[in-house]
Parts: sequence; structure tokens; C-alpha cells
Amino acid sequence: MKDHEYDIPDDCQYTDSDEWVRVDGAIVRVGITDYAQSELNDIVFVELPERGRQLEKGEAFGVVESVKAVSDLLAPLAGEITEVHGGLSEHPEWLNEDPYGRGWIIALTPEDLEALDGLMSAAEYRAHVKARAGK
Amino acid sequence: MSGAGAPLARTPLFSRHVAAGAKLVPFAGWEMPVSYTSILDEHRHVRASAGLFDVSHMGELRVRGPGALELAQELFTNDVSAAPVGRVRYGMLCLPDGGVVDDVTLYRTGPEEVLFCVNASNVAADRDWFHETRARTKSRAEIADESEATGLLALQGPAALGIVAKLRPAGAPVPKLWHFEATRLADVPVLLSRTGYTGEDGYEIFAEAPRIGALWDLLREAGGTALVPVGLGARDTLRTEAAYALYGHELDRAHDPLEAGLARFVALERPFCGAAALRARAAAGPTRRLVGLVLEGRQVARPGTRIATDRGDGIVTSGTFGPTVDRSIALGYVPAGLATGAHLHVDVRGKLLPCQLVETPFYRRKRPLGKGR
Repeated sequence: MKDHEYDIPDDCQYTDSDEWVRVDGAIVRVGITDYAQSELNDIVFVELPERGRQLEKGEAFGVVESVKAVSDLLAPLAGEITEVHGGLSEHPEWLNEDPYGRGWIIALTPEDLEALDGLMSAAEYRAHVKARAGK
Repeated sequence: MSGAGAPLARTPLFSRHVAAGAKLVPFAGWEMPVSYTSILDEHRHVRASAGLFDVSHMGELRVRGPGALELAQELFTNDVSAAPVGRVRYGMLCLPDGGVVDDVTLYRTGPEEVLFCVNASNVAADRDWFHETRARTKSRAEIADESEATGLLALQGPAALGIVAKLRPAGAPVPKLWHFEATRLADVPVLLSRTGYTGEDGYEIFAEAPRIGALWDLLREAGGTALVPVGLGARDTLRTEAAYALYGHELDRAHDPLEAGLARFVALERPFCGAAALRARAAAGPTRRLVGLVLEGRQVARPGTRIATDRGDGIVTSGTFGPTVDRSIALGYVPAGLATGAHLHVDVRGKLLPCQLVETPFYRRKRPLGKGR
């Protein structure tokens, strides 16, 4: 296997299901990682949730569909969806092109910001990706 | 992620795929490139220019000697006698009940010799079926499995013919569609076949396995930036847009060629294994048929998705996003009697999404004037 280098920014935290979380004041932004978009290949559709929906940690809040696969989006934290990135309906490819920037999917107001401590750091996530790629 | 089981086989081009940065996946027991860069980019490059595919995982079974044509006629649904030396025919291998053992291309390589190119997933089953049929018909024909010794590349797209021309003497005749020629590309002996599985013009090119690497390099060099390597991901989106059947999806032992819409590749008037059953089915009329669906939205109806119709349920056999047609498309079986244009639904994750029954193929290339079949 070729050793792909994935972008894993230090200012985010990560889930083992390949979502990233970035704290932005009182809210957090959520998307999928570079590794996830690379595994999915070209993304052609994103099913987005409604604003205002309350999510439990681990709850499926949307679907990402690529040419070759479909994947649930899982809530990294419990909280209320305060923003939805509607532009992705027209431009699902942003998830491939800029997963940590223009490819953000939702903003959440977490019930408890301390729950962030349960997520992986960039270093931990890097090891997590490496372990799976080596399988 | 491949899990336990037998180790995956690799084609002679494996190290080139790795060096080119391919993402590799298990497919039919082989470790194959699914894409090198992006499935969408590779797909579009084939439609606009040219793509090179390693399909060396496919199988080659040769039948030759006295009785070879009779054995081929018994095995194959299309008419071998209507294919002179140098012609290619597509058809099916059928069970006595009309179910499909495999879909294959037949190359008439000699007066008493044919070469079958078969699906990678079916090589062993086909070989067994050939031997079983040989024993049943008391044939003396020789059957040789040349799969391991043979490599196969597909060069597809509007630029394909020009790329191959660079590797042949000036003025060398171009094989017509559905014809092939035993020739050389530069110094590599090949069987150059004007066929494909993408909906574009181009070639499928057989060479001895030890020479397939050299052939790959020659074609890459001749193609330059007009040519990119293409993985199985785009091969699937290209063939789905062209509405070509894929064994294990549209075809299997529980489906017959008639309901799959492949009647033009079945010479019903002559004897072959399955002919009687297929004639009876043709007379009775099919109870289901393979159709094309276009979804209204961009969600993808994956294989196994339920199709809801007012005549009962159907099932999706292939579904993807069609990069050229820019729509979510699917092939699937529905109850007979539904007309083109019918509004149906597909059950995607519990939601009934609207779709329309359409004529296939979803994509048809434009042919230049005066260059018909």
C-alpha cells in the first residue's frame, strides 16, 4: 500500500468515524476529514439535516454519498444544530476540495463543551488513520 | 479491510499502479486500482480524450481443434458461424434453463479455434462449465485456460485510435468495430480488438503477460497528456452510463438474457445450451425486465435498492452518479408492462425518492458522419 499523506490540522479534534470538530467561540463546526473524503472518493451528494435539530452524541445527522459509497455523518457531540452549510447541496465537491474549510457541514451549540475532551487530538487521529491504512 | 481469506492476486502491472499512486481495492479476488486520482476526473478524461485500463484480471479460455466450433456453438448464445476469422461477438453462456453462467466476448481466431474473454469472477466456473459441456456433448475439442499467461489492456476514448496509430506502421489498416487483428504495437505482439466497455470508441488489447508492462509503458508514452490511467471506479461509471451489463449485477444464474434486454445477442433460431428454455420464455413473454432509471435528485440508488411500482416491487442492480449525464442513474429489474416514461420510486434508506423509467443507454457517443458501424 502506498503511504498516503493526509491533512490532519492541529486546531481540530476528531472522532473515530472520521468527523472533525473545530471550536469557534461558543459553537463548534463539524465536517469530515481529509482521510474520509479520500476514502469516499468523489462526493456527489450530501443529505443535510434541519437547523434547530437536537443531536445525541453518535447520532446520524446526515449522509454523504460518493460515486462508490455512502456514509452516515455521526454527531461528534450532543447539541443543537445552529447552522447548516446549504451551499453543499449545489457543491458537494467542496467536501473533497477543502474538507476543513469550505467543506464544513454543520455548526453545533454543544450541550457541554467539556465533552470535547472525549475526542481525539490531531496526533491521536493521525495514529488512528495510520493503524487502519496499515491493515 | 479485505478481511480473511485467500491472498489477493496481482496483475503484472501492480507495481506500476502503486508507483502511479493508485488506490487499490479487492475485486473478484484481485488487488486492483479503483482510481489513480479521482473517479470523476478519470471518467471525464475517457469521454473527452482517452483512458488506459488494466483489465488483466479478466480470463481467457481458448477452444480449438476438431469439434471446436461445434462446442463453441453449444456454449454460446450468439451465432459463431456468423463470425468469420477476425470477428468478435458478444454473447452469453447459458444453463439449460436459460440462466446465465457468464457473459463473454468470443474471438474467432481461426477456422477451428475461438478465444473467449470471460469475467474475472467466473474464470473457474466457466472453465468447469466448458469441460462439463465438452463431456456431455462428447466433444474432442481442446480447452485451454490462458488467463494467467495473458494480459489485457483497454484503451478507450476518442483519442484512442490516434494513440495506437503512433505505434503502428503508417497506413496500417484500422480494425473495424467488432473486428480484431493479430499484429504488433511497436515490437509487442498483440491481439488488437476494436471493442470496449465504456461507450467510447477504442481498443481492447491482449498481450502475453510478460509483455503487458512494456505495452502499458509504450501506450502511456504515445498517449502523453491525452491519456490517463483509469481505475475500476470509472470503468463502472462509464459502463453504467452506457448501460452495459455487469455479471453479478444485471446477470446471474437466476436471470436470463431476454429479460436482461440482450435478445439481440441470442440466436434463438439455432440450437445451443438453454435455447429451448429461452424459446419457451420468449413465447410466454417475460415477467420482469431490466430497465434504466433516472432519479430526480442526486442521491444514489445502490444495488439492492427496492423499486416501488404500481405493478409490484423491483430491485436495483447497479446505481451510481453518472458523471457525463450529470444525473443519478440506475439499472434494475421491474415487473413487465411498465412503459418508458413511467414515474416510479426507489426506496433509499427508507425514503421513497421519485425516478423515471428511461430508454437506455443513458449516454451514447456521437459518431462522426460517414463512420457508421
